[in-house]
Amino acid sequence: MKKYPVETSLSYPKKGAMGKTGSWRVFKPILDKKKCVKCLRCWIFCPEGSIHREKDDSVSIDYDFCKGCGVCANECNVKAIIMEREEAKKK
Amino acid sequence: MALKDFPVDECLLQGNASCPGCPATVGLRMVLKALGKKTFLVVPACCTAVIESLYPHTSFDVPVMNIAFEAAAAGASGVEAALRQQGRSDITVAAWAGDGGTYDIGLQALSGALERGTNFIYICYNNQIYSNTGIQRSGATPYAAWTTTTVSGKTEFRKEMGEIVLAHHIPYVAQTCISYPEDLYGKIQKAKSIKGPKYIEILAPCPPGWRFSMDKTIEMGRLAVDTGAWSLWECENDVMTFNGKSKLLLEKKVARKPIEDWIKYQGRFSHLFKPERDEERLKAIEEHTDHLWERYRKCYGKI
Repeated sequence: MKKYPVETSLSYPKKGAMGKTGSWRVFKPILDKKKCVKCLRCWIFCPEGSIHREKDDSVSIDYDFCKGCGVCANECNVKAIIMEREEAKKK
Repeated sequence: MALKDFPVDECLLQGNASCPGCPATVGLRMVLKALGKKTFLVVPACCTAVIESLYPHTSFDVPVMNIAFEAAAAGASGVEAALRQQGRSDITVAAWAGDGGTYDIGLQALSGALERGTNFIYICYNNQIYSNTGIQRSGATPYAAWTTTTVSGKTEFRKEMGEIVLAHHIPYVAQTCISYPEDLYGKIQKAKSIKGPKYIEILAPCPPGWRFSMDKTIEMGRLAVDTGAWSLWECENDVMTFNGKSKLLLEKKVARKPIEDWIKYQGRFSHLFKPERDEERLKAIEEHTDHLWERYRKCYGKI
């Protein structure tokens, strides 16, 4: 990345600037690909941009950064996404 | 424009500091998709200043300038002037401010920039409170809503910012909502193609501020439009058009849902229902909304 010689506090873009926000999650969205009709509503409404859109308009969920808000499950018209409680993390 | 035609590129990176279910990031993603990479954002103090995350990293993949609360439009004027001097007409300058920085604190800077005819887009994402500083009342907070500074409910009605901006007679003014991505995207694209000052306001239902479940963000926006608490319209060169559901409401083709359908899901209005229904204030909200739409019909409906 190009760094600029500016005498001020500059921030540079980074994916995961606050770390892996997936650890905030209490409920986890589970996608049923068989039910999905590729309407892309979950993709456009995901506040985090954690639903990735493939070339054929199918979607996949990025669990590293998904905060588990459940907007995708609520907006899915065919109920292809359901929210499940996250299992307790093993230490 | 259909959802399938939206660009895949993301200018707001994952792993930012927004709350789960944040409406501002939904709006930002759509706005940056419509504006593209050649955009310069000016952000005053608001939630988005937090969403940028911590120094030395930022979650924005476009240049962003942070500026004082009242100075979003003034800062954008400066950036636009500098880019014009450098002959960079390919870059869109956009100010992205919250409702506090637009309705209250940034009003004079905004009015000044609109009057000077600065070539920029001013986008206000309206979550009806100062949510970044801890849910204080703003000029956009509706009547009877709880905030940390109006504990028993706000005693005044909100002001109509869109119509204040209309009085400047700028080329393009629009109101939209994050629940209608096609509408929002179209309005941003149209604003981008017009020269001169443009103003777009986006309703952004805030889960922690409005006290509703975080998975209902989009649904709350939709209900606000259905119940007439919010309206979708655009005004291009002083020609006013209502869009989508709001057009049907204006022309009385569908009946307006009672405002109670929207407020009963929000904890900030729970004192109107518990321990007993506050009929007086519920009636006042309903009557105010009726009055608002009657006025819209008189001013902007076909005569």
